[in-house]
Amino acid sequence: MSTAAAPSTDWKLPSTRKVAVISLILTESALFTIFLVAYLFYMGKSLNPPYPAQVLEFPLLATIALLSSSITIVISERALHAGKKGAFHLWWAITIALGAYFLWFTAMEWKHLIFERDLTLATNVFGTTFYSLVGLHASHVIIGLFLLTLVLVLSLLGKVPADHTEHLEMISWYWHFVDVIWIVVVTVVYIISTRIT
Amino acid sequence: MNPDTFDPNFKIPAPERIGDERGSLTRLVQEMVFTVDHKRLGLMYIGSGLLFFVIAGIMAAMIRIQLAVPRNDFLEPDVFNRLFTMHGTAMVFLVGMPIIFGFANYLVPLMIGARDMAFPRLNAFGFWVFFFSGLLLYFSYLGAPGLYAAGSAPDVGWFAYSPLTAKAFSRGHSTDYWTLSLLMGGIGSLVTSINIIVTTLCLRCKGMILGRMPLFVWLFLVVAFLVIIAIPPLSACQIMLILDRYFGAKFFDTQAGGSAVLWQHFFWIFGHPEVYILILPGFAIASEVIPVFSRKPIFGYPVMVAASVMIAFISLGVWAHHMFSVGMTSIGNTFFAISTLLVAIPTGIKIFNWIGTMYGGKLRFELPMLFCIGFLFQFLIAGLTGVMLAIAPFDWQLTDSYFVVAHFHYVLIGGLLFTIFAGIYYWYPKALGKMPDFRLGLCHFILFTVGFHITFFPQHIAGFLGMPRRIYTYDTGRGWDAWNLISTIGVIFQAAGILFFVVNLIYSYIWGKKAGDDPWDAWSLEWSTTSPPPSYNFETIPEVRSRRPLWDLKHPDDPDWKYE
Repeated sequence: MSTAAAPSTDWKLPSTRKVAVISLILTESALFTIFLVAYLFYMGKSLNPPYPAQVLEFPLLATIALLSSSITIVISERALHAGKKGAFHLWWAITIALGAYFLWFTAMEWKHLIFERDLTLATNVFGTTFYSLVGLHASHVIIGLFLLTLVLVLSLLGKVPADHTEHLEMISWYWHFVDVIWIVVVTVVYIISTRIT
Repeated sequence: MNPDTFDPNFKIPAPERIGDERGSLTRLVQEMVFTVDHKRLGLMYIGSGLLFFVIAGIMAAMIRIQLAVPRNDFLEPDVFNRLFTMHGTAMVFLVGMPIIFGFANYLVPLMIGARDMAFPRLNAFGFWVFFFSGLLLYFSYLGAPGLYAAGSAPDVGWFAYSPLTAKAFSRGHSTDYWTLSLLMGGIGSLVTSINIIVTTLCLRCKGMILGRMPLFVWLFLVVAFLVIIAIPPLSACQIMLILDRYFGAKFFDTQAGGSAVLWQHFFWIFGHPEVYILILPGFAIASEVIPVFSRKPIFGYPVMVAASVMIAFISLGVWAHHMFSVGMTSIGNTFFAISTLLVAIPTGIKIFNWIGTMYGGKLRFELPMLFCIGFLFQFLIAGLTGVMLAIAPFDWQLTDSYFVVAHFHYVLIGGLLFTIFAGIYYWYPKALGKMPDFRLGLCHFILFTVGFHITFFPQHIAGFLGMPRRIYTYDTGRGWDAWNLISTIGVIFQAAGILFFVVNLIYSYIWGKKAGDDPWDAWSLEWSTTSPPPSYNFETIPEVRSRRPLWDLKHPDDPDWKYE
């Protein structure tokens, strides 16, 4: 922070944070693409059951929860911009709750698949690609939840300065990215592959 | 946040010092560990890259000694396998990548008139992750036997084709060291590349619009984008391999419906862009050196930028030309043959533009220029053998032969390493404040060029005669003896050249004559500050009005911006 003359207005450069987060999202997308391609490549190539159509059920509630968390985080940000601290905390906490519900749902689904349907990473190529793809996404949800919770705790302690709204916006961008990835994953895994195999 | 003028009285509060005297070893180590300065990190990248270069070079020399004569028993077969694996892996990930990132780190902020990279601490993190990934890879020599008393260093080749890496065929932990080291190094490359992108796009000084950026910066922007798209497939490969080896996953397990070919696809989706990640920085250096030593601005700047972007774009769609012999469909073969041939167009444009820059110029044959001229000829040969290998039927005949080995060594040594030497000699005065010694450098150039061709040219012929790569020894009477012997003799010249290079680096640092700010009479911003630059780079952040800001400063009567 300095009191030096403000940079002249006719020379504007993009924000470092925004470019960094866009680059991060680009590189993460490349990572997800490979696991998605692996899933698509092995679709219908399992030599032994269980097959997707037998064990997978469309995760309706979890999908609704995760997708609506993208809306609640936007409402939360708007509240912050309007200076309503209480509303910001409330909607931010709802976002965390929705994300946590999604994660809990995945955990229950995996428990069901592993213990009642005997589908593990080592069962067949469906199990291998299913758990690695959904697990990769779930690990991103965990990272997102960690960041969201960190912000909530710091904000409740009063340690998030007013000019840090862009920092929070970056977290919301990441969270939107996790949501978009889920739309692709859910389409490929729960809709396409259960129809075909 | 980023003041336009630097306050010289401002001091960063110094952390507690361990060594009391400036210049003591403990103090130096502490400064290296604590530093977040892009210039120091850049030099650390290049220094550790050169260190790994010498180690991996010695491995290459041992390989050549083993192959010098038929039925040689200088090395055990399993030692030979480890050597070519470690040589390849180290040269790509521990030599090529860190040296190019070193150049980017040191020069990008200076060239765009910034005080540092966008995220200095992330930058330091990237360096240390790379450095420890290198140590991890080499630690496999000690650690890999583990409790199984099996294996040592990785011996699966640098592209580690499945099923060689399966638990059944690669016991012990040698493959795991390879996997974890590459996964770790990948994280370092990703954060460094994101840093380069952000620095280039967000930290340019006033007036430095994209169309005025030095080509060096442009090419590194392209490289950084390629890295963030191409490294994740490699990381995905490593994650899948770990899951296969330790959690019973079936990705590459052919008995359970998995596919060994999938590994090849995923690896080369990374592997081929990687070639361009390595060679585009070579182009970047050549694009700075050739104009300065031809005393002409670069010929066809916009076309050079477009060609670089085009190369990067096409390079994402050519990977399976590494896999023609695997048995793809003829549509697949045709597609990848044509896309590979397409790369020759933008690359050819670049070569013609460099020649166009030299044409009619007042050439100065200083060390950087000599290496760049060597690069032009050698890279042309590399490109032509590349075009030959792109033709699928030709590739069926010569894939996995010494012809391929000769081809990619012409790319990576004749192309990349020569421009790295050019870059080191060109920016040595800037980084260390002393001129590199010309006579020692000339000896280096002559010995290394001669040695390089003696070593690698005969390998084309050995390849034509059917010599496969990665064989541990061969029988006499196949017509390979003479070519292999000549090839090994070349190593002596190359090693002597490298010796002159190392001696020159040390000699010039101690006894070299002072360089001054701008010894080559160059035009980009890094030469406008002192040599070596202060930690804040520029006292006042410059303002740019053309592609050659320093020319404008030196020639106020005839500035470039009047004509651009």
